[in-house]
Amino acid sequence: MSAEADKTKLVTYRQALNDTLRSEMSRDEKVILLGEEIGIFEGSYKITAGLLSEFGPERVRDTPIAEEGFVGAAIGAAMLGMRPVVEIMTLNFSLIAIDQIVNHAAKIYGMFGGQQSVPLVIRMPGGGGQQLAATHSQNLEVWYAHVPGLKVVAPSTPADAKALLLAAIRDDDPVIFLENLALYNTKGEVPPGDTPGEIGRAAVVKEGTDLSVITYSRATTIAVEVARQMAQEGISVEVVDLRSLRPLDRPTICASVRKTGRAVVLEDDWLSYGIGAEISATLMEGAFDYLDAPVRRVAAAEVPLPYAKPLERRALPDAVDLRRVILELLDDTSFRS
Amino acid sequence: MNESRTADAGALVEFYRRMVLIRKFELTADQMYKRAKIGGYCHLNLGEEASVVGLMDALRPTDYLFTNYRDHGYALMRGMDTGKVMAELFGKTTGVSKGRGGSMHMFDTSTRMLGGYGIVGGQIPPATGAALALTYRGAPGPDAEAVMCQMGDGTTNIGAFHESLNLAAVWSLPIVYVVINNRLGMGTTVEKAAGEPELYKRGASYRIPGVRADGDDVLAVRQAVTDALDQARTQRRPALLELMSYRLRGHSVVDPARYRSAADVETAQEADPVPALRAQLIADGTLTEKQADAIETEMEEQVAAAVAFADAGPDPTPDQLFDYAYATPVPNAPTALPGERMVVLP
Ligand SMILES: Cc1ncc(C[n+]2csc(CCOP(=O)(O)OP(=O)(O)O)c2C)c(N)n1
Ligand SMILES: [Mg+2]
Repeated sequence: MSAEADKTKLVTYRQALNDTLRSEMSRDEKVILLGEEIGIFEGSYKITAGLLSEFGPERVRDTPIAEEGFVGAAIGAAMLGMRPVVEIMTLNFSLIAIDQIVNHAAKIYGMFGGQQSVPLVIRMPGGGGQQLAATHSQNLEVWYAHVPGLKVVAPSTPADAKALLLAAIRDDDPVIFLENLALYNTKGEVPPGDTPGEIGRAAVVKEGTDLSVITYSRATTIAVEVARQMAQEGISVEVVDLRSLRPLDRPTICASVRKTGRAVVLEDDWLSYGIGAEISATLMEGAFDYLDAPVRRVAAAEVPLPYAKPLERRALPDAVDLRRVILELLDDTSFRS
Repeated sequence: MNESRTADAGALVEFYRRMVLIRKFELTADQMYKRAKIGGYCHLNLGEEASVVGLMDALRPTDYLFTNYRDHGYALMRGMDTGKVMAELFGKTTGVSKGRGGSMHMFDTSTRMLGGYGIVGGQIPPATGAALALTYRGAPGPDAEAVMCQMGDGTTNIGAFHESLNLAAVWSLPIVYVVINNRLGMGTTVEKAAGEPELYKRGASYRIPGVRADGDDVLAVRQAVTDALDQARTQRRPALLELMSYRLRGHSVVDPARYRSAADVETAQEADPVPALRAQLIADGTLTEKQADAIETEMEEQVAAAVAFADAGPDPTPDQLFDYAYATPVPNAPTALPGERMVVLP
């Protein structure tokens, strides 16, 4: 490896994905990309920029607008030994393919007695905040995280995007790889090499002693920022980034809260039946005796997300909401008295 | 074309044997269901034997097969062990899918039958993707691999059918879509459900050539599908084949099919391909009554042995519940039984 390639680089989340797709396609010719507008158009969010000219139209395959068809086709190709990485333009459109994902990709290995794995990756961005209105702004990851047979990851940093995409492509099971529109331009340090991350493990991305914020994807960036600010005020917030929604790293979540005694879940999805509900139940079981107060949840308001900026902004959880809830929880437990 | 239309007498006797095997297997499955040895849904190929045998004879061991849930005959003709297919119905670990799939989900990598599928139309996109994978493997030619995707008439109304045919056309894939037109999807006739009830014509929207053949004539089936597969192999072009057939009984073993008219039932019985072939073979002197009876007895014995094998196989035990959770193990995969704690802490 050249000295240049050895260095940790500061790159965007988008670039980390693009670099990783390129290196995996170079490493293994079974890796093919399928999706709408990923070739000549270079991807709706330009994640696949430059790959068509490098690898040709057979390995960077533009598809018709037929999510059920091409996601299902990727399943079949995976069953014959290919390693397809599908891009669905946004998470919202994956609902057209949900039969193939839930009834087929997730079932084939177990239902046929472990004879045939489905090494498939489905990449797609979720998330609101772009004024795209109700049908284009959803966080439906919990729909997939609910389903045995799938693996669901949601990296929050460029380094994790790389590590988890490497893991997803090399994994023999179907992996839902959740991206987020608001993360594509965020920058972070990405180490060289090609060591995959571990699906099924959370990370304590900031250590603290007073309270745990448990979060994932875009919301992690908010939590880390709030934790940094509160450290100036003498409040020590620990941030747990789930990274993997299925499997969920329950031991790491519980260990953090056993240490801090207070927990807030920050999530971009809707509150009812959401990721936060699962985390809260997990803490009931694994940290009940250590909790100084009930778990708090900061999640999206339960409306189809409106277009108008003031409404959209208020519906989505932000740093102000998180900060307020952290302070309330601290007050409830006499932290500052 | 004509040479395989006129098979030699030996081949026809062999087709008859296979059709009888399916017939006996399905009648036995029906009995075993009534004795509660088989659970869930159970759909039989009764009346479709000539189609199944003709199709499977043309499909090579190197080809791939995807079917719907009416899949017992296909599994047998693909070369799966009769006992293991019965064991799958019985939910035994000795079943072809280790008892995880049941009647609708026969699967065997070694014979390249990549699944019976219980969701109507669910098999069509993966089959299409299997054909896509073949285009990365080798060049077209007479020895190239191909994919067959079987489905029912009612299935041509679902979106997955249309999306898949379109993909196969624009990507030029080596796949033959076979529609078993048994005139009914559960209780709904083709005419009631399909805007174009001549189903082979539905390929036209995608410039996929469509052919209709007599599904009760094993040789006609074999010829039509051989031609379609040849086209897939040598030109890498998809084809749509519609086989006209009749379902002899209800949709599944528990359906008394009261919605069928007496006339319809009579037509179905008259068209029954198994006694028809027997009569033909006896009429033209290929078989004596006695020889035909001997074939029936032999197949009955094979099915009885399959039942004995299935009976003898072990039931899966609860400790095996999570055996096939993931192909690549990962930390923290949930393994709690109902009521057990999810969180296991050091
Ligand atoms: C998506 C979906 N909808 C409904 C059903 C219930 N269902 C099972 S079989 C069937 C009829 C299918 O008819 P056809 O395609 O003609 O196949 P046949 O049963 O006649 O072989 C229906 C409606 C299902 N399994 N999947
Ligand atoms: Mg039918």
